[in-house]
Amino acid sequence: MLVTVRVQRFNPETDSKPYYQEYTVEVEPTDRVLDALNYIKWYHDGTLTFRRSCAHGVCGSDAMRINGRNRLACKVLIKDLGPKITVEPLLGFRIIRDLVVDMEPFFAQYRAVMPYLINDEPPPVRERLQSPEERELYDDTTKCILCACCTSACPIFWTTEWLGPAAIVNAHRFLFDSRDRATEERLAILNQKFGVWRCRTIFNCTEACPRGIQVTNAIEQVKRRILFEQS
Amino acid sequence: MYHRFDAVIVGAGGAGLMAAAQLAGRCNVAVISKLYPVRSHTGAAQGGIAAALGNVEEDHWIWHMFDTVKGGDYLVDQDAAEVLAREAIDAIIELEHWGFPFNRTPDGRIDQRRFGGHTRNFGEGPVRRACYAADRTGHMILQTLYQTALKRQVTFFDEYMMLDLLLTDDGVCTGVVAMDIETGEIHVFHAKAVLLATGGFGRVYKVTSNALAATGDGVAIAFRRGIPLEDMEFYQFHPTGIYKMGILLSEACRGEGGILRNGLGERFMERYAPTLLDLAPRDMVSRAIYQEIRAGRGVDGKDFVWLDLTHLPAEVIETKLPDITDFVRTYLGLDPVKDLIPIQPTAHYAMGGIPTDVDGRVTVDAQNTSIPGLYAAGECACVSVHGANRLGTNSLVDLVVFGRRAGRHMLQFVRENDFHPLPKEPDYRARAEVAWILENEGNERVAQIRAELQEAMMTDAGVFRTGDGLKRLQQKLGELRNRYTQICIDDKSRTFNMELVEALELGFLLDCAEAISASALAREESRGAHYREDFPARDDVNWLKHTLITRTSGGLQLSYKPVVITRFQPKERVY
Repeated sequence: MLVTVRVQRFNPETDSKPYYQEYTVEVEPTDRVLDALNYIKWYHDGTLTFRRSCAHGVCGSDAMRINGRNRLACKVLIKDLGPKITVEPLLGFRIIRDLVVDMEPFFAQYRAVMPYLINDEPPPVRERLQSPEERELYDDTTKCILCACCTSACPIFWTTEWLGPAAIVNAHRFLFDSRDRATEERLAILNQKFGVWRCRTIFNCTEACPRGIQVTNAIEQVKRRILFEQS
Repeated sequence: MYHRFDAVIVGAGGAGLMAAAQLAGRCNVAVISKLYPVRSHTGAAQGGIAAALGNVEEDHWIWHMFDTVKGGDYLVDQDAAEVLAREAIDAIIELEHWGFPFNRTPDGRIDQRRFGGHTRNFGEGPVRRACYAADRTGHMILQTLYQTALKRQVTFFDEYMMLDLLLTDDGVCTGVVAMDIETGEIHVFHAKAVLLATGGFGRVYKVTSNALAATGDGVAIAFRRGIPLEDMEFYQFHPTGIYKMGILLSEACRGEGGILRNGLGERFMERYAPTLLDLAPRDMVSRAIYQEIRAGRGVDGKDFVWLDLTHLPAEVIETKLPDITDFVRTYLGLDPVKDLIPIQPTAHYAMGGIPTDVDGRVTVDAQNTSIPGLYAAGECACVSVHGANRLGTNSLVDLVVFGRRAGRHMLQFVRENDFHPLPKEPDYRARAEVAWILENEGNERVAQIRAELQEAMMTDAGVFRTGDGLKRLQQKLGELRNRYTQICIDDKSRTFNMELVEALELGFLLDCAEAISASALAREESRGAHYREDFPARDDVNWLKHTLITRTSGGLQLSYKPVVITRFQPKERVY
């Protein structure tokens, strides 16, 4: 089928501001949006620039706005969008070029929540024990691929400085892991002005997550944890 | 720009990050990665990581070692396989201590599942050896290792692409040259020790499970610098890729009880591997699928067969294989609980690569002479623990075991050695290559050459090979190599120039393809994943040896080195 892909373009070397360019290409209905972008880049216009790697939704490289929604270009099929597709970079980040944005502030938020297991007790010779029920408490938040779909879908993030959903998801992953011992330090970070309280439970993050993580739910669990630990 | 680090690691997948974790805080270490580390292809591994923990049934490392040797059709170096199987246990425990979220048994220990080719008591029947986190084991390894690296404050250079490896004339490694993709700036990294952990080159084939970034950069650069490549003819096709797309559907599908059916609905593996059936090693299953298709028993006469999970409880599919369920729903619009899934073999893993010893040191000849300061680990390396065919889960074991060993040996090396002076103008080759691609005024498109390369490799260097086909392939590769000198790219800017990146990557893929085809043409036998229709039998008298292929000024040169055999004498391989 013939589709028109309207792409937001920007090259800092030549452009003072972003503009839109349309490409019309022949694709299969079952192709991914990423296939269409690759086809344009490979055979029509080599200057079209975007990140991509695994092409099946596990590496998180090709997060972008597709018809106004944050999606992974490799997890959206053309047939689900119809013949007119608009592709734009994620909101809230500096545009490096075309669909490529500066992810460093996003990873800085991630690093701010100490996203690693902290437990200074001498480990046993074998594995630490953890029941399937304990493991289940943080299963959902281990799925995060740090694509930034959630954070850049958050209206609070567009206007205000705060940790954002993805960093909180990753804090949740350790807060609810029975092996971790840094609850107090992590909650202190999350309880700051820029922490979980900036969340207004808008649910954009949950809708945007390509991994189906219940993001808002995870944020709420962290909020409750702060309240219970304080009381 | 000039940087100086005791140790530089190229690649931030499992092997690179595991090595970085050993070095961090103990010396000055940097990791250079073409992608953000969490985008690395280790994250796409699904089903599991093997270790003879014996948590759910009796198991021993020596059984794991035996399976690895037999699975590799006896081309495995058995000293290395012993290290792999023994140290897997400790490495898994270490990962757990670092926070890896393993699935658990009811009593809280690491749960284990079945996987292809892993058996109890030297082949008696399947054993539960694969530790796992649902069907995102690789994702969790990548996350856990990246988290550990952050905790230990490793310095990262994200989205830097390696362009060159610096070796002195007397064969000492002094660093690497890389390009910052965002700015196009060239950086020289002066180092005492360098680890290549750049991953595989599945993108040399048309249908592949590999990421677009898996273009053999480190393998090709080493090859260009005169380092031999080992066993490049052995390339694994995973039996269950999504039809036409190549997206991986883990062997865990069959480990959990899934079966393969041909167009007639028959469980055809009964004919090929009566004991292990659908859990036979991947080379055998992939060949069996094609044999069914050739015999007209594909589905509707087409080139695919079914993966059948419909007899499994819905709960097992949803909770133990959630990602796969999502892939099938997203890309095929099918529900694995109710529908059969169309699959075909997909190019998946390079058994061959840069030769190393068990400490990750790169070796250059049959005597295992090493290059001071140069290491390799992971898929880009060939230790060789996978021989002619890798067992499922053993790639992740390889990453953690040999990434760790390489890191530890590097630490010792940087403590005992000083910086070697850099060669004069260390970045001239890299600058010249980039300038050539940006300025070349030809009439060939990178994508067109790459598509023809992938098609030709799929046809003539895939699951089945013949001498005639490989000669035809070599001719085609020669033509493509010529046309590559005539490329012209649209994008001339310095900022995040992905067309430049893809042009550089095509150069790497061509190198890999040439090494594969020449090694495959020379090996006149069938062993593991290398199946020659004109030489269908394994030939231990003439071919129980590793291929080494070297690029010289006079063309490609083949030599061979013996296989290390310690505990298990080669036997016929039946399952």
